[in-house]
Amino acid sequence: MARLDRMPKQERDHLLCLPCPTYDTTPWVDGPPLFMQRVAMVTTAGLHRRRDRPYGPGEVDYRIIPRETGASDLVMSHISSNFDRTGFQQDWNVVFPLDRLRELADSGTIDSLADFHYAFMGATDPRQLEGTVRDLAAIMKNDGVNAVLLVPV
Amino acid sequence: MGGIAHYLEDEGLSTTQISLIIEHTQTIRPPRALWVPFELGRPFGTPNEPEFQTRVLISALKLLEAKQGPVLEVFPEDAPGTADATAETLACPVSFAAPEGEKTPTAQLLQAFENEIGRLRGWYDLSVEMRGRTTAGLTGLIPEEAADLLASYIRDGRAENPVADVSLATALRMAAEDIKAFYLEAISAQPGQPQDSGRLADWFWGKTAAARVINTLREICLTLDDKEFQILGKLLLVPRAQMHRFEKNDSI
Repeated sequence: MARLDRMPKQERDHLLCLPCPTYDTTPWVDGPPLFMQRVAMVTTAGLHRRRDRPYGPGEVDYRIIPRETGASDLVMSHISSNFDRTGFQQDWNVVFPLDRLRELADSGTIDSLADFHYAFMGATDPRQLEGTVRDLAAIMKNDGVNAVLLVPV
Repeated sequence: MGGIAHYLEDEGLSTTQISLIIEHTQTIRPPRALWVPFELGRPFGTPNEPEFQTRVLISALKLLEAKQGPVLEVFPEDAPGTADATAETLACPVSFAAPEGEKTPTAQLLQAFENEIGRLRGWYDLSVEMRGRTTAGLTGLIPEEAADLLASYIRDGRAENPVADVSLATALRMAAEDIKAFYLEAISAQPGQPQDSGRLADWFWGKTAAARVINTLREICLTLDDKEFQILGKLLLVPRAQMHRFEKNDSI
């Protein structure tokens, strides 16, 4: 369980010490109804295609995951050994639900899926990602994206 | 995760996110978040439960229609299969007969490791066939080659780096990940074996020679001056929750 009160003390202490920024503002963007949204997914699970560079300590770059990427082509090189990987081994959708999103696009629940999705490696201070993420926002807008689903691991 | 949401929203994109650690989300206050009571590594709950995964997904996406925020909702269901996660102990399918004779403890361990790989190979192959994929192969090596890289480094204190564009320390970490994926995919393909993370982790870290090999690598790393190997040994090889198994046995 990702409930701190159910975790071993050393794990709880570690998570409570992770960098956790606060911001003076709370930006808010109203979007169209869900069935009109073009959705991109961003994961911090350290995923990438087999041919891509693996992640290393302190990594702030992202990896690109094209919409057509298949489960057999996606691997995880997140440097942390402190979270479960057996779920991902059994079914990639438990970490990166691209199949589920495709189903929602096919059924019209959402308008469409972005051409490209993105992966970071978590456990990096989010403030170090600011420049990269702001650049990425412009790229997503060029892809017609108006909503982003963010998924930790 | 909440920081990324803040920057994207500030650039004009609506965001919604899964939250795994509600304390972090309450501090960062991203625009929209759905807290889920699932374990780290499983943000959509349970593998091979597509209807449940879709419910989680739609609950997160529906937050995009909220009119004001920040919004932090709680997903009300536990992940399927959570209740019986500690009901039984995973059987050990590999027989670890004590290696014969004159070998050093390290040589015995590496022999047991090689034997395990051989005995699990058929189940791993079956897993790849059934699932149509494997998460092993970060190094680009087959499991036996990844195992050989770890064994060579432990035996000789050095190894030829077979992985392009990464350091030897990174190659060793990736090989350890490949071996874990090989073992866990293999064991979970066997009939009647539980699929939950707790029992799989207890099996791997508590009962396999592979885990002792990875811990031996960790101990070697801690003796080296190189900063990257120090980080590898201190943080990246053995999960914090499993360290207790090795803390009383610090000799190589």
